Amino acid sequence: MVRIRELQTPVGKEQLATLASGDLVNLSGVLYTARDAAHQRLVARLEAGEPLPFALENQALFYVGPSPTPPGKIIGSCGPTTSSRMDPYTPLLLEQGLKIMIGKGPRSQEVVQAIQRHQAAYLVATGGAAALLAQCVKKAELIAYPDLGPEAIYRLEVEKMPLIVAIDPDGRNLFARGAKEEAPLEQEGME
Amino acid sequence: MGNRTGSSPVLGTIKKDTLQKYRWYPAVFCFLVLDHGGMGLRKLNVDLVTATVAQLCVEACRELSADVRALLEQARNEEESAFGCFILDQVLENLEVAAREQLPICQDTGICVVFLEIGQDLHLTGGDLEAAVNAGVRRGYQEGYLRKSVLSPLTRINTFDNTPAVIHTRMVPGDRLKITVAPKGAGSENMSRLKMLKPADGIEGVKRFVLETVAAAGGCACPPVIVGVGIGGTMEKAALLAKTALIRPAGTASSDPTVAELEKELLALINQTGIGPQGLGGKVTALAVQIETYPTHIAALPVAVNLQCHVARHRSAIL
Repeated sequence: MVRIRELQTPVGKEQLATLASGDLVNLSGVLYTARDAAHQRLVARLEAGEPLPFALENQALFYVGPSPTPPGKIIGSCGPTTSSRMDPYTPLLLEQGLKIMIGKGPRSQEVVQAIQRHQAAYLVATGGAAALLAQCVKKAELIAYPDLGPEAIYRLEVEKMPLIVAIDPDGRNLFARGAKEEAPLEQEGME
Repeated sequence: MGNRTGSSPVLGTIKKDTLQKYRWYPAVFCFLVLDHGGMGLRKLNVDLVTATVAQLCVEACRELSADVRALLEQARNEEESAFGCFILDQVLENLEVAAREQLPICQDTGICVVFLEIGQDLHLTGGDLEAAVNAGVRRGYQEGYLRKSVLSPLTRINTFDNTPAVIHTRMVPGDRLKITVAPKGAGSENMSRLKMLKPADGIEGVKRFVLETVAAAGGCACPPVIVGVGIGGTMEKAALLAKTALIRPAGTASSDPTVAELEKELLALINQTGIGPQGLGGKVTALAVQIETYPTHIAALPVAVNLQCHVARHRSAIL
């Protein structure tokens, strides 16, 4: 049966080890936003041997490009973007100590293996539930690449963000389960 | 003027009886100009188009129309999987929060697709129509705090105002202008596909292609999706039919009984895949399948599948 867990970031090893694929999680703590363009720059810096604008050790990344912040609000709508576009960059970031990724949709096999190798986890937020997720954000601070607009890196402080553990540190993958359920379709057959 | 032989620099040398014969023509010409260019045609200043497009952009991004909302509520009632219910509860609650907080439903407020149906008896005044539409998009995305996601495809440099819109224009009878604004997010657009099938592939081939596309999209297109399908015409016509199918009121069946039957069958097959909300398993993968068809060539069977995430935004106004 489905469990609901409280999870705090930055995350410790022991806490991570208890996460299981399929757990419902209320996540509180610090998240860094990063999507396509920010990933490209982070990886370019690593490859050039330069330091990152923030330390990745034990941190969590949220794949999001928020809508602009209206006056009087902390942040605009901020739901997850499709994670698979970040797959090519992810193994390198996991090597740097990244522990939690939040996005939507499945990951590549390479990423699943890297998650297992580095004892990390991939959580999914509900795509499109962006105004709701914005209510969980208590503080937002721009820390890098303002020229990227919605793709700039922000440091967020969140409270009780509703998520599902999709890939756990043991490499158990909720999406792989979904794929198996697709099998009957082909037999059902269109021929 | 009829009394003298014309020998002016303008008219040259014209015989007197010729001038006499055609003496009513200037008056008739003036009448026609006044009647059809001025008094008879309904006039519409494009400034009103700008204001309307701006308003439609903001409304579409903040509030789903009742048709889509009803399908989502129905989906929540039908869904049985724990993850599916968890997700659909959030989707429905998000609609309330977006309306209350005046925030966009989804942070991806899309590239703006605008359909214009222009009555052929309407006279648009005050400037360039497409420029007016883009001015409306610019204003709406700025004033509504909507995300600017449009950029040059190769340099990837953002235009910073979400223009240009993708504008589809059609001439129709009448003297009105119907504007439909449909902001389209990339998550579901990226998973859309087009294929030139062989006539031998037939209806079974069409069904197979639609199902393959939905299965390949999995959780990436933000299911539950609405599946827009265009069948027939040419390559670009099929794509446009699929997009047009998505702006039909959600969940309405095709007026063609054969097509309506196909829509029903495909919806049932898609919901048997078990992909479910956000691809995490469940009964509801699609909210609706909407198909538009058009005659095609004897050697052709183009099929386009345009996937639409559950934030199915479209808003219309008639001016």
